[in-house]
Amino acid sequence: MKSRGQSRRLQIKRTKENWARPEEVNTFAEIVKLYRQKKIGEEEFRRFRLQNGTYGSRMQANFSMVRIKVPSGIITPEQLEKLAFLSDGFSIGGAHVSTRQNIQLHWVQLDDVSEVLRGLEEVGLTTREACGNTIRNVVCSPFAGVCPNEAFDATPYAKAVAKFFLRNPMNQNLPRKFKFNFACCQEHSLVRIADVGLVPAVKEVNGQQVKGFRIYLGGGLGPASFIAELLEDFTPMDDVLPTCMATVRLFDRLGDREKMHRNRMRYLVHDMGFVKFQKLVLKERIIVNATKSTGVKLEIVEEETPSAAPAIVSHESNVNPTGFQRWLRTNTVPQKQRGYVMAFITLQSGDITSRQLKAIAEICREFSAEGCVRTTPSQNIVLRWVLRSDLPYLYEKLVAAGLANPGALTIASTVGCVGTASCNLAITNSHRLAKEIQGKFIELGIDTEDGLRDATIKISGCPNSCGQHEVATLGFYGGASRVNNSLAPTYIMLLGGSTGENASLGKVFTRIPAKKVIDILLKIIELYRQERKEGEKLNEWIDRILRGEGTGSVKNSEGLKVIVDKIAQLPSPEESPDSYVDYGNETRFTAKTARGECAA
Amino acid sequence: MRSLRSSEYHPGSRKYPILIEPYDLMKAIAKKKVRVVDVRKTEEYREGHLPTAVSIPLANVLNAEGLEKVVEVFENAGIDDDIHVVVYDDTFGALAARVAWTLEYIGHQNVSLLSVMYSTWKFMGLKTEKRNVVYKKAKHSLNVNKDILATVDYVNSSVGQDGKVLVDSRERLNYLDHHIPKAINIPWKTFSGENKILRSPGELKRLVQNRGISNTQEVITYCGSVGTLSGLAYYALQLAGYRNVKLYAKSLKEWKSLGLPTEIVHDANYWDLSAG
Repeated sequence: MKSRGQSRRLQIKRTKENWARPEEVNTFAEIVKLYRQKKIGEEEFRRFRLQNGTYGSRMQANFSMVRIKVPSGIITPEQLEKLAFLSDGFSIGGAHVSTRQNIQLHWVQLDDVSEVLRGLEEVGLTTREACGNTIRNVVCSPFAGVCPNEAFDATPYAKAVAKFFLRNPMNQNLPRKFKFNFACCQEHSLVRIADVGLVPAVKEVNGQQVKGFRIYLGGGLGPASFIAELLEDFTPMDDVLPTCMATVRLFDRLGDREKMHRNRMRYLVHDMGFVKFQKLVLKERIIVNATKSTGVKLEIVEEETPSAAPAIVSHESNVNPTGFQRWLRTNTVPQKQRGYVMAFITLQSGDITSRQLKAIAEICREFSAEGCVRTTPSQNIVLRWVLRSDLPYLYEKLVAAGLANPGALTIASTVGCVGTASCNLAITNSHRLAKEIQGKFIELGIDTEDGLRDATIKISGCPNSCGQHEVATLGFYGGASRVNNSLAPTYIMLLGGSTGENASLGKVFTRIPAKKVIDILLKIIELYRQERKEGEKLNEWIDRILRGEGTGSVKNSEGLKVIVDKIAQLPSPEESPDSYVDYGNETRFTAKTARGECAA
Repeated sequence: MRSLRSSEYHPGSRKYPILIEPYDLMKAIAKKKVRVVDVRKTEEYREGHLPTAVSIPLANVLNAEGLEKVVEVFENAGIDDDIHVVVYDDTFGALAARVAWTLEYIGHQNVSLLSVMYSTWKFMGLKTEKRNVVYKKAKHSLNVNKDILATVDYVNSSVGQDGKVLVDSRERLNYLDHHIPKAINIPWKTFSGENKILRSPGELKRLVQNRGISNTQEVITYCGSVGTLSGLAYYALQLAGYRNVKLYAKSLKEWKSLGLPTEIVHDANYWDLSAG
């Protein structure tokens, strides 16, 4: 192994960010004590802990979910090791990667949270403004910087925006949470489901190539979802921060602070109409530009990266471990920098053990030239800047750590929010269902089919869309229904959603019992295989059916519904008691929920 | 690795510190002032052990029937009433803690835990040896230290009593799944240091105080089966300055075998959050 030679590896210099503030640790510990002594009221305490990334656990006053902000999803080996240590000591011996690139520790005793914060602070991580009515983690495409189709690397801008707003007074008491998503290109992007979405762009102005962004405003998923709209053709770099500030200010001023269920910015935009909102933003931007002090700007730290791997790296390895080819196909993509590859680590619904966190830290040090990993919105982890010739060795290390599952970049990589495993709002165990689907798909080799590669499955445990079900090819959100006079866990299925700059929301299709979801997915895949045109992908076939242009036995969504509804029939509870029990449970399903924590 | 002077800890009436640092132990070994006890399995001991260490696998202590037999196990390793005993393992200090506690229970007053595991000792490049070390049989008296043991009846009568705290030392998921009624959960790893079997006394004190346990309270620790993880918690609490600590040595295994009630945390599928 040593013969691979450390010396020919380039090490990219990355600036280490420190997002933490030591004084916030002791403050948190003190406030918890005051709360325990009943010197601080429930509501005041709740707002405080949410502002500091501490969310209540399902039905449990004494346990918390600690959400760690990971701006752009960038996390170092040292931080991974600390997370492993903290999850062993204070959580459940593992962590969870969220769809917004956060890392969450679940079931932490409230009185231990300050100790978790203390450990995080030592490695520069914070939970500040990870929950509550604030600007949440700034998401950035994990492909940024290495994507062949990007105009430029959005990462320094995403980090600068995160840095500008973190602890900024203008963001401490918004009507509701507020989300920034940065894309790398048209395809790898969640820009249209955020309050502010930014796609890097270059425009020719007076014969000069000028950098900027295409900025989308007012998107978001939830019980009522909206796709963000483009503010203007091109926002030059100097106007990026003023545009962000203007938008946040407008929301702060005009957003609804009364009706909890309608106070995200997308409702404000929707209610007044985008054209009016657009005018207001542009006008507000003029005011921001005229009144902001000269010191208010984005601190951009550009980092130099090589344009290709060192030339001496030419000999491909002959090592070909079992399963390697499949993993290579479903988990790796070449970077724009020749000779370098992105290697995705498939997690199950974003779950990772402390042992695996430590293993990734070690693997990252050995294989990634940038010396950090990124969490992804598909709840996986990606190693970038891996030498192509190192892949077989990397694969062997991943196998040893139990992290070499295939399917990360395919339909098998099912997204599932935490559901009833920890969330108050959840009705069903979306988390477990996502794992069951992934396991079944990998077992059946569904990840190896090229036609299924670009389709996605995303599951939420309730209509609130943390699982982003509305932008999935096949999306699901949990509910409860009376079937045969008994309550059963069910999902509303949506079809045809997509991400990217041309994102669209899925169409509500039909309601199906939780225990029938896998059968129905397999049936849809079978129908697709029978009826696809040459080279047609599953997502394309679904779109065609939704347009009513089916040419085989399925003509349109009604036709598909007839087939699906037949499978969705549940036998009586007497014949099949298991159908009335949710995944991961042993007893009959009940739909229990409590107050949500998404809004402070 | 931060080196802690052994002189930092002399809580209570202890003649020797609860934790002894590797370099201090090296010195004590050189001066022949200490009996080092290796509680790993015999096979592991044969592969290499600390200089002068004698092998007393945990199982030999647990399987000895009756306290006289337990005393004999230690006597056979050349341990008399006065010698300073230092115990170590390679299992996070939990096995060592259980053996150290047993020594204290039979009335031995001079016992310490090595602050690191055997693998860390080796990693630090410190000396090891392979020879089978044998000592002349010694004489040890039996003065049972009843105060540090909690029997099942004692635990049962303590449930929900003011001034008493029952601490479940198992991992969080096990606790959520079931635990002795009213017990609080401090997983044993909460007390583990990043390179040491236990955190510093200051950190331990802060952790326990954060959980609202005052040192005027009596604390009973238990775990899943034979009191190893909770044995480590026993010493963590001692190190944090808590004097009134008892070990429920037979732990949940006995509790459940007697059909005594347990509590569970309802309304969540927490096991589904565990990976791989």
